[in-house]
Amino acid sequence: MTIDLTQFHESFYEESFEAIASMEDALLQLRIGMPDPATVNTIFRVAHSIKGGAATFGFNEITSFTHTLETLLDELRAQRMQVSQQISDLLLKSVDVLRDMLRAQQYGKPADAQAVVDLQFDLELVVAQKGPAPSAVLPRWRIEFRPFLQLLSRGNDPLRMFCELAELGDLAVTSDVSAIPPLAEMDPENCYIHWTLELQTAAPREAIAQAFDWAEGDCELSIEPLEPVSVSVATNVVPPALQAAPAPVAAESAATVVAIESAAPPAAPHPVEQAVKSAGAAGGYSSSIRVSIEKIDELMNNVGELVITQSMLSQIGNAFHGPQGERLRAGLMQLERSVRELQESVMRVRMVPISFVFSRFPRMVRDLSQRLGKSVELKMTGGETEFDKTVLEKIGDPLVHLVRNGIDHGIETRQVRLARGKPETGTLHLHAYHRGGNITVEVSEDGAGLKREKILAKAKSKNLVAPDVELTDAQVNELIFLPGFSTADQATDVSGRGVGMDVVRRNIEELGGTVEIRSEEGKGSRFIINLPLTLAIVDGQIISVDGERYIVPLTAIVESQQLRPGMIQPVVGHGEVLSFRGEYLPVLRLPEVFGCGAGARDNSGLVMVVEGDGRRVGICVDELMEQQQVVVKALETNYQRVDGVAGATILGDGSVALILDIAGLSRRPVDRVAA
Amino acid sequence: MSDALAANRPVHDAANVDTEQYLTFQLAEQEYGIDILRVQEIKGWDKPTRIPRSPPHVLGVINLRGAVVPVIDLRTRFGLEPPVYGTTTVVIVVRVQSEERELTAGIVVDAVCEVCNVTQQELHPPPDVAGGLDQDFVKGLAMVDERMLILLRVDRLINASVLEGAAAQAA
Repeated sequence: MTIDLTQFHESFYEESFEAIASMEDALLQLRIGMPDPATVNTIFRVAHSIKGGAATFGFNEITSFTHTLETLLDELRAQRMQVSQQISDLLLKSVDVLRDMLRAQQYGKPADAQAVVDLQFDLELVVAQKGPAPSAVLPRWRIEFRPFLQLLSRGNDPLRMFCELAELGDLAVTSDVSAIPPLAEMDPENCYIHWTLELQTAAPREAIAQAFDWAEGDCELSIEPLEPVSVSVATNVVPPALQAAPAPVAAESAATVVAIESAAPPAAPHPVEQAVKSAGAAGGYSSSIRVSIEKIDELMNNVGELVITQSMLSQIGNAFHGPQGERLRAGLMQLERSVRELQESVMRVRMVPISFVFSRFPRMVRDLSQRLGKSVELKMTGGETEFDKTVLEKIGDPLVHLVRNGIDHGIETRQVRLARGKPETGTLHLHAYHRGGNITVEVSEDGAGLKREKILAKAKSKNLVAPDVELTDAQVNELIFLPGFSTADQATDVSGRGVGMDVVRRNIEELGGTVEIRSEEGKGSRFIINLPLTLAIVDGQIISVDGERYIVPLTAIVESQQLRPGMIQPVVGHGEVLSFRGEYLPVLRLPEVFGCGAGARDNSGLVMVVEGDGRRVGICVDELMEQQQVVVKALETNYQRVDGVAGATILGDGSVALILDIAGLSRRPVDRVAA
Repeated sequence: MSDALAANRPVHDAANVDTEQYLTFQLAEQEYGIDILRVQEIKGWDKPTRIPRSPPHVLGVINLRGAVVPVIDLRTRFGLEPPVYGTTTVVIVVRVQSEERELTAGIVVDAVCEVCNVTQQELHPPPDVAGGLDQDFVKGLAMVDERMLILLRVDRLINASVLEGAAAQAA
């Protein structure tokens, strides 16, 4: 029987991309010159599983490349080599190349073969050149471990000790089983075996002795140095025949592992269970399943319909009288509760921690700061804060812009920082947290801050501001959000071309969020992004205008007032202004703006002052109705975008109501003046 | 019904590849047909919610079990006398292919009639009639039971009606 393997390709790619991401994470944790076997092991495992998968599907280039990568990682794992800047760079590059290869394979495009070959050669060269590294002539230790009978009953486990030793270096274990009595006389809780261990390690004697700390008093122990065995360097320096070299190394490490396991005492408690446990902890298994977003959206839609049906039933239920009606209403109440809980659960399914977005920054910051010759430390807090997936997908790009700007424009070079009496290393801080029903993400750095005079001068030179206008600091800061604005003296390939901040603001506003700046010259800047928890649900105020019902997002409402004579004044031509707390605001009459039935202007209703995009306008309203959470539906699904409308929703009675796009509406009058 | 036609019927019903099924409806004394495979359901008439700055033939949007669906008035679209919404007025919900997506829309008609089989032989290309119907929307004419059916290209009709709104808005 043949199995069509292509059906598994998609999940292989998905898993591999995830694996590569975790590999990158782990790589960034590696510190130069600091041995970190656990992290190296994680990286090794990831590379290994990609290799395995690729081999299964016959993706030979990927298999061959990961194999080379594995060889280097194995050297690091066995501490025969140290992590240097060069190796760290190479490994990160490998991650990129591997990702490209996978992507190329996925879309059936040819990969950049030259890059692969070059990198593969570099990797091999590094392994070959490890040469007389300090690890080549590590001291060897001979450990005689003669436990007393009661060792096991005191809660000691020789296997665990040996595993600990094995982490220090190459370990070979031989066991002396001569003392084991015949089965009939054997007490299974006693330890009858003696061991002789040979360990090659850079670790001091104390570190070795530490492994036996707990067994003190329960064993005889001697740790003696052996003559150091010098590894023949000559054989290793010869560049290896491309694929041959790794094999013996892998075999060697495998042999070590086997040696340890076979040497495990028969009485060792549950070695298998232990192995499973450690693998589980290291592999990061979690009890989750992969579900496509369409399925969740479908679920959301179904729940949305359920909510509508439920509120429809509630309205009908209120019309029933007598004991039967009472019982019906009790049942409906229960239904309402269950439906609400169901809705919240489904909403939670869509929530994803922001760490998914944050995870790209360590690498980006590292590369950028290296390229710009700056020293930047990245701090990330609140990565567990959960966002709706739709919000998350769209917040990535604006954040990348802000981080990039922060490093390029904000944080100064080492020399400048030292001259200004600041620590040499700049700090870039990403911070996410919940605030009320919103989520806030802050991007702050302790760099140069916004230069008020420079911004103002630039704005005036570009005629963005009239030359004789006095602006507050906040207003000056706002200027950087104008399209085409950049104060960088020179446009680099990183930033400074003047596209960016306006896009950042627009993207965030499309998400129904806001962005503000706090900046102090010389001390740094802080960008504060406020976002709604979800795009799928809006807290809205239902209003009635000219027989139509509209939804105004609660966040946009400043206040509503009963109209009194004289509040609305006609101005030149057809326009009107509202005098509101000393300000004059433009007035919107929805029937006129929307071009659906313009009746006589009626000043007997209410005026609702709303704010969007930093501008306030008054909207004439006939009646304020209830407030309600509404599920947002896109008009584009079956129709198209409509200016001034953010979407539609379905009300309790089953009818459709439009959700007003306050930011879009408040922009309109200005546009009309401009036109 | 003539004997000849009655005798013809079973031939059409057999799995004849040339036969297409059309849902026919009434619109200002004339019978039209649309491909039945495009029809999702038929709904009773309910006043839709108006959409800002939409062309006159787009009456608004309705709630179709949770989906927000635009409703197009065919009388207005075809420039016929203004509709009177009565008890037989229905909304035929159709699902059509647009360039990059699938669209669901409702069309308001005076009444639905029946489901007809039309063979390739019965289908005649639309004659060049000056004015009136946009030729682009007419697939052909067919005589069924001595009545003339105007068969519509519902994909083009819906796409144009919905997209025209965009053009009107941009202008």
